[in-house]
Amino acid sequence: MCCALNAVYQSNSVLDPNAVFDVERIREDFPILRQQVHGKPLAYLDNAASAQKPQVVIDAMNEVMTSYYSNIHRGVHKLSELSTRGHDEARVKVSAFLNAPDEKQVIFVRNATEGINLVARTWADANLKPGDEILITHMEHHSNIVPWQMACERTGATLKVVPVLDNGELDLDGFDSLLNEKTKLVGVVHVSNALGTINPVEEIIKRAHQQGALVLVDGAQSTPHMRVDVQAMDCDFFVFSGHKVYGPSGVGALYGKREHLEAMPPLFGGGDMITSVSFEKTVYNEIPYKFEAGTPDIIGAIGLGAAIDYLESVGLDAIAAYENELLEYGTAKLADIADVKMIGTAPQKAAILNFVLDCAHPHDIGTILDQDGIAVRTGHHCTEPLMKRFNVPATARASMSFYNTKEEIDRLADGIRKVVRLFR
Amino acid sequence: MKTTAEELYRAVILEHARQPHHCREMDGADRTAVGYNPLCGDRCTVYLQMPDERIEQAAFTNEGCAISTASASIMAQLVEGKTQAEALSLFEQLQRWLTDEAQPSQPPENGSLLFALAGVRDFPMRVKCALLPWKTLDAALNHQRDAVTTE
Repeated sequence: MCCALNAVYQSNSVLDPNAVFDVERIREDFPILRQQVHGKPLAYLDNAASAQKPQVVIDAMNEVMTSYYSNIHRGVHKLSELSTRGHDEARVKVSAFLNAPDEKQVIFVRNATEGINLVARTWADANLKPGDEILITHMEHHSNIVPWQMACERTGATLKVVPVLDNGELDLDGFDSLLNEKTKLVGVVHVSNALGTINPVEEIIKRAHQQGALVLVDGAQSTPHMRVDVQAMDCDFFVFSGHKVYGPSGVGALYGKREHLEAMPPLFGGGDMITSVSFEKTVYNEIPYKFEAGTPDIIGAIGLGAAIDYLESVGLDAIAAYENELLEYGTAKLADIADVKMIGTAPQKAAILNFVLDCAHPHDIGTILDQDGIAVRTGHHCTEPLMKRFNVPATARASMSFYNTKEEIDRLADGIRKVVRLFR
Repeated sequence: MKTTAEELYRAVILEHARQPHHCREMDGADRTAVGYNPLCGDRCTVYLQMPDERIEQAAFTNEGCAISTASASIMAQLVEGKTQAEALSLFEQLQRWLTDEAQPSQPPENGSLLFALAGVRDFPMRVKCALLPWKTLDAALNHQRDAVTTE
């Protein structure tokens, strides 16, 4: 079983400006893309919600279940040894993917949301008191808002919100004016799922650290699109979800600096998170196991490892370059349609086209595009405060992956024109 | 043969969506309720003037798609003059008609108006949009104070 990804780029060097990304070759790796929807070829443009799975991920998960599945860490038999090794290797792959200094600093969780909640329940509960402040941004999705609101309710700390500029960039002056010695933690999204904005997290982290605040970076949207280096970034915590990086849903990871993870109390009690248990006293296991009570998602973790292998084989730099090409192409195409109003036009952006039409509600846009086999997301994208900021109830969002094509973007533009014709 | 998008958005739906009837806030309403779809953010408010057993006037405001706006417009027209029991019965019949494939293709009473919503039956993801104003009506009639949701 191997990815067989030779010649994704016709030239071997991704730095070669003449290299052409062989998207047709890539599309062959994703069986789901071969189907028709409502009699039209599927154009899947809802990747920011969840990404499709390459055959190598499907095969890796099938292989676990058909040939060596067993519970891990406890068994002395062969299958348990193989499953344990597969699960451990997946952690090493995630660690390398994030450039974590040690795989022990990578905790498997269900998704980015659970990673944020873990930090909010353990680090925040143990460290915050009335008068302390948590700083988040106006472009966070609900997962990076609600856990901190709940932490504030429990600890008496106060939640502060960094404003967003009209083009969808973070207001760094606003950030500076809100950041002070009372700020204990900054929660910031690396790439906005609704706007596509890529935030300058290194700069944010530097400034936060100068004030003694920790920083949690929500990488759910950045990890599929760009190379992430948690050491270069110097973040204290980083979370991401498996299903957005072409792996299965139900598995994700939390990275943390060793000193924080070791000081944090466990969240859940149970098997595997202990070294000894008596009714008088329980001794907790070392990291990462301290945070991984019970049987984990063994098949999911191995699938995530396979997805990371796949992404690395395509090359994250090549992915970022090609998706940027799609973004520029799509931005120009939609700019040609007079009725389209783009929400989110930051200069540093991931391949997300988020828009509204005066004449039609996003749900109506979504239904009509669906009839042409085009899957986009419509609604508030779990960012209700951001929708209020831009004074729209909802938007339509086309979010692109490296398996999308310019032809699919042409079909999107044609579909939007059809909506305009019908509704105007 | 499944309904196409063009058939879903038949002219009568688009007319109601562009120029909805009874779309206004109502001062001094006897009954009012707010409906909300937390998944998509749609929001509807229904106002009823009910000096006695009958709905004398119905009005609504809506923040939502063409389907929900048209459905609210049709609803307000249909329920005026009805008793509480008649209005609730119509809501229940409509709900059954939109969600149960075994139901006949003809809509419940006052067929000519409700027939505009026939296309929604082939779009299960959009049934919630069509029913949001009606669920809000149900809440208003039953004096439900908390916002109702479609979830």
